[in-house]
Amino acid sequence: MNFPAELKYSKSHEWVKMDGEVAVVGISDFAQDALGDVVFINLPAEGDTVTAGESLGDVESVKAVSDVISPVSGTVCAVNEALADAPETLNSDPYGAWIIRVSPVTDTEELLDAAAYEAHCAEEG
Amino acid sequence: MERKTPLYQTHVDAGGKIVEFGGFLMPVQYPTGVLTEHMAVREKAGLFDVSHMGELRLRGPDAVANVQKLITADISTMQDGDIKYAMLCNDAGGIIDDFIVYRCAADDYWLVVNAGNRDKDAAWVEGHLFGDVDYRDEGDEWGQLALQGPKSGEILKKLCAEQYIPAKYYTFTDNVPLDLGERTIRALVSQTGYTGEYGFEIYCKAEDTVELWHALLKAGEEFGLIPCGLGARDTLRLEASMPLYGHEMNEEITPKMAGLPCKLTGKDFIGRDALVALGAPKMKRIGMKVVGRGIVREHCDLYTMEGEKLGWASSGTFAPFIGCGVAMGYIPVEDIEIGRHLNADVRGRMVELEIVPMPFYKLEK
Repeated sequence: MNFPAELKYSKSHEWVKMDGEVAVVGISDFAQDALGDVVFINLPAEGDTVTAGESLGDVESVKAVSDVISPVSGTVCAVNEALADAPETLNSDPYGAWIIRVSPVTDTEELLDAAAYEAHCAEEG
Repeated sequence: MERKTPLYQTHVDAGGKIVEFGGFLMPVQYPTGVLTEHMAVREKAGLFDVSHMGELRLRGPDAVANVQKLITADISTMQDGDIKYAMLCNDAGGIIDDFIVYRCAADDYWLVVNAGNRDKDAAWVEGHLFGDVDYRDEGDEWGQLALQGPKSGEILKKLCAEQYIPAKYYTFTDNVPLDLGERTIRALVSQTGYTGEYGFEIYCKAEDTVELWHALLKAGEEFGLIPCGLGARDTLRLEASMPLYGHEMNEEITPKMAGLPCKLTGKDFIGRDALVALGAPKMKRIGMKVVGRGIVREHCDLYTMEGEKLGWASSGTFAPFIGCGVAMGYIPVEDIEIGRHLNADVRGRMVELEIVPMPFYKLEK
């Protein structure tokens, strides 16, 4: 299991990378492993408003469907449309496969650093 | 407490993700993942631990009469080594379980039943016995492995002579000597499965299961054989439109509703009178493909495109080989028309489906 130190994490297993004023959001290695093979993703649209702690879309694996909880509030300024055609990238490269970029960010969930998030995952098993 | 098969520790050691199913702790997938495991079975071969299945034996002078009374299928024309698909029905004609019945001898029949229904079936069978019949629940004595996929015959041939391998679908050979390298064991080999693919189910003594598992994996390595979990078993059976108890069948659903073979003439069985009285069913099982993206899963309600509620989805998944979402469900008979589009309520969002013929996937013979 991989927990890059430069990222922040939500307890619901999304990662956030601050790129200047822009928050880049994806799902963690732990999340993709728990989901299994991802076959579909429902993405928001550019210009949509997302709210910290609420669903921004969902990912669907063979086994189950799971909400992606937005770790930040703000306006979606870019969507990784390539994921719609290649959702398996979420499994093979969870930290490269960003889902949305949010700017401006108006609010943020309580986020964990890599060590705290790793401990949180260990607790969830 | 959940039961474990003889292979439980083997699954854990191999990185299998363990879930509860039918009262057993079983691997839902290995690190390879459901998609890879599914495709291995369609293209090469996969090995499943299905030791959770139950085995009930009825033996003795009145075994035939008891089995005939209990199950939907007529066993009078079966020969030794034949297998038939059948159901137990309750007095109202609802399905208690579905299973396959093996004729081991003219006075010896073996029912291989669903793990989750094993205790219920055993109680039902035991409660309806009559005459001179010896009944035994042998569930704990057997291990069962399913070797499925186009390469399964070649793999099996490395463990036993070809003469022992049942050449016809739904037939079996008993007491087959399987060479595991260190020693030879005896097993029952049947050409059956729950994947819609060519393959075999191998029944061995519970204590031989782990060794047989490793011997098969080793023999199959050169053919691309990999261990598979219950996740792939479910996507494979769904892609082949095979019904699953608790989804397409339950005690309120009759064989006719489920579209399963059940002759009401020729012989009597428990539930037959009720089924005759019920006549043609109002709701029937249908197969559907998702139009576009998405997955419609069990419990989703089905609607007409105009928004009128019709029925429900009983199972659904992404079908890896076909490459789209597939589902089965129940709607009124008069609404069934191949090519018709329906909507399913998936978490508050409508997902469009098309009614298609079953099976979704059929092996080319």
